Amino acid sequence: MTIQLAPPPRKAPGRRTAPSRRMARFDLKGVPYLLVSPYYLLFAIFGVFPLGYTLWVSLHDWELAGDTEFTGLANYGELITDESFWNAVVNTLGMFVVATVPQIVLALLLANALNKRLRGRLLLRLGVLLPLVTSVVAVAVVFSQLYSRDYGLFNWILSWFGVDPITWQNEKWSSWIAISTMIDWRWTGYNAIILLAAMQTIPRDLYEAAAIDGASARTQFWRITVPMLRPTIVFVVFISTIGGLTLFAEPVMFEGNPMMTGGTTGQYQTVAMFIVKSAFRDFEMGYAAAAAWLLFVLILLGTMINYWFTRRIGGAK
Amino acid sequence: MKNHRRFVVTGAAMTALLAIAACSGGGGGTTPSGSQSSSAAAEPVTINVHTFGGGENFGYDEAVKTWNAQHPNIQIKYTNLTDRFEDVYLPQLLQRLQAGAGAGDVVGIDEGAMGLMAARPQFFTDLGQYGLESRKADFPAAKWEAGLNADGKLFALGTDMGGMTMCYRKDLFKKAGLPTDREEVGKLWPDWNAFLETGKKFEAAKTGAKFMDGPNTIYNVILFQEAPKNGNLSYFDKNNQLVIESNPAVKTSFDWVTTFSKAGLTAKLQAWSPAWDKAIKGGGFATMGCPSWMLGVIEGKAGPSNKGNWDVAAVPGGTGNWGGSWLAVPKQTKHPKEAAEVVNYLTGKEGHIAAFKEAGAFPSSLPAQQDPEVANLKNAYFNDAPTGQIFSESVKNLQPVFFGEKHAQVKTAVEKVIEGMDQGAVKYDEAWSKFVAAGVKAAG
Repeated sequence: MTIQLAPPPRKAPGRRTAPSRRMARFDLKGVPYLLVSPYYLLFAIFGVFPLGYTLWVSLHDWELAGDTEFTGLANYGELITDESFWNAVVNTLGMFVVATVPQIVLALLLANALNKRLRGRLLLRLGVLLPLVTSVVAVAVVFSQLYSRDYGLFNWILSWFGVDPITWQNEKWSSWIAISTMIDWRWTGYNAIILLAAMQTIPRDLYEAAAIDGASARTQFWRITVPMLRPTIVFVVFISTIGGLTLFAEPVMFEGNPMMTGGTTGQYQTVAMFIVKSAFRDFEMGYAAAAAWLLFVLILLGTMINYWFTRRIGGAK
Repeated sequence: MKNHRRFVVTGAAMTALLAIAACSGGGGGTTPSGSQSSSAAAEPVTINVHTFGGGENFGYDEAVKTWNAQHPNIQIKYTNLTDRFEDVYLPQLLQRLQAGAGAGDVVGIDEGAMGLMAARPQFFTDLGQYGLESRKADFPAAKWEAGLNADGKLFALGTDMGGMTMCYRKDLFKKAGLPTDREEVGKLWPDWNAFLETGKKFEAAKTGAKFMDGPNTIYNVILFQEAPKNGNLSYFDKNNQLVIESNPAVKTSFDWVTTFSKAGLTAKLQAWSPAWDKAIKGGGFATMGCPSWMLGVIEGKAGPSNKGNWDVAAVPGGTGNWGGSWLAVPKQTKHPKEAAEVVNYLTGKEGHIAAFKEAGAFPSSLPAQQDPEVANLKNAYFNDAPTGQIFSESVKNLQPVFFGEKHAQVKTAVEKVIEGMDQGAVKYDEAWSKFVAAGVKAAG
């Protein structure tokens, strides 16, 4: 500890030098940019640059650790006539629909239930969020075992009803269901919590007024809750769209042997898997890069369609 | 970047120093620096040896220990990166080769990727300049020639080779009322027809297990027996043209697998998947085509509790070779000379014998094959089976099989179709055309 003997010299009031004025200006105009810059710098390095470089690579016949040759749009031309690419697109969209629609509906109902006065409400709300803290891969590994043909839980349960063991990987429908359950198990609670948070911002008096007018709980839900939640639902749908269209870890783990083929005939190969397969199994980086750009366009389109669609929920005002 | 490199080098040097300290601290070891190969290195260097493979993989633990004790100036750091070659090790290695950093000083390469690597001479050190051309007489022509790249330079030396046998579960054979002695079991199936009949008998006994694991191990066994009968070709001819449709070796192997699958002999398992692992351990199937390295895989996956349950018999249909690896020195290494010395040691007689003892990896080196230590070796895990003798028999008069640049991709693609056929996703009568189409597409 030191004792301060003399008071620090005080600046004479009203005497401002030019540099300090410039500093103040910088403080006001410059510092905010400086403070947010780390994110944008990182984004430039890890976001924008790879995006641009991928575009560059996609214009080449680019073999990993091999020859590269500029071919213009040839990769794109080949891709849009490639059956297995469209198969991957159909799988991705299919699993997106199979997973997301029940997920959002379930999340909405769950949020509505959790919004009621319940005993142990906090515990229930936390519990819903619990699956989110598990790792995606761990979830996929466990579910893959549950769906395993020989010793799986689901086949065991089905055997009570005389159903023969299903090889879940074998058909499109069965593999899609299996993968969708993995996604839903992990993400339904997360969406429910976001919707719940939004629900709690809806003024109570709206419900009271509706109740006085004789609106049933169901009418209140569809006429008040859902319309008031619209921005949040849009957000949740966007996030799910991006997640759904870049689906990767679950089907890869489900395959068991990660050659990225997504089943023996590509039953559940997603676009993301198609990209990795092209790049790191077939070593065609150019082709993979082109597919990555098409996926980007696909997500953009998907998000736009969803935006248009969700705007209609609860009647546009 | 520069700083980072320096850090790595210092780190490596430190490791080497520590290793030496550890060695001399041990006190017991005599360190003969007189061995002709080690005298050159002035400063201690660390040579990173990177390999792949499940179970005991390359089996270099003992060999490395011996070398490190004798060569204070060249310390080997042996890392088995992964048990998966095609989907983990190979893409990673290619990326590291292209990036010019990160690959080991010595890298293991599986047979399926040798065509791919031979087509990329720019990434590998010419081992000829370190005098390894002199090793030619040590290897069968097949093994040696695969190590020459597109420029005609020697870039890789052979480690193990597969040979071909049939592994079987003694306990399941007993349950099915079949003979269990390996001589008698071998006599059950002189050819594949007899194998099929044995399989039907096994299935009829309803042991709860299937006769074979899945379609693709047996498919590879037959393919590598048939290839030498058809110009030593599998999917590509020597001009890198796809011959999948015209090569009778492919069709014959495909037809056999179809027959086995239709007869319901397979457990419909995908090789190298978790379910396959589980079945090896839990007795889900009774036989599996067994190149020598597969013994190490089985031992690793079945675990000590299954010791004595597995045994080795002769394979139907005669000699053949499936698999085997090579060691190469990437050009990016800072110590090519020392790395070449390490390659020379590990692919030499001593290295081969140590690997055979540890992992059952059958030596491709001729002097090692003739060594009594190999010829008389028994495998304790497999009921003291005389594996040295069995595998020596299986590689007699072995013919080389040629691998195209895209062999690995075509192999993966067509094997998926076979798997789909076996599991029911592809109809039997459409399987061949889909098989060919998948191969054509993968060959690009």
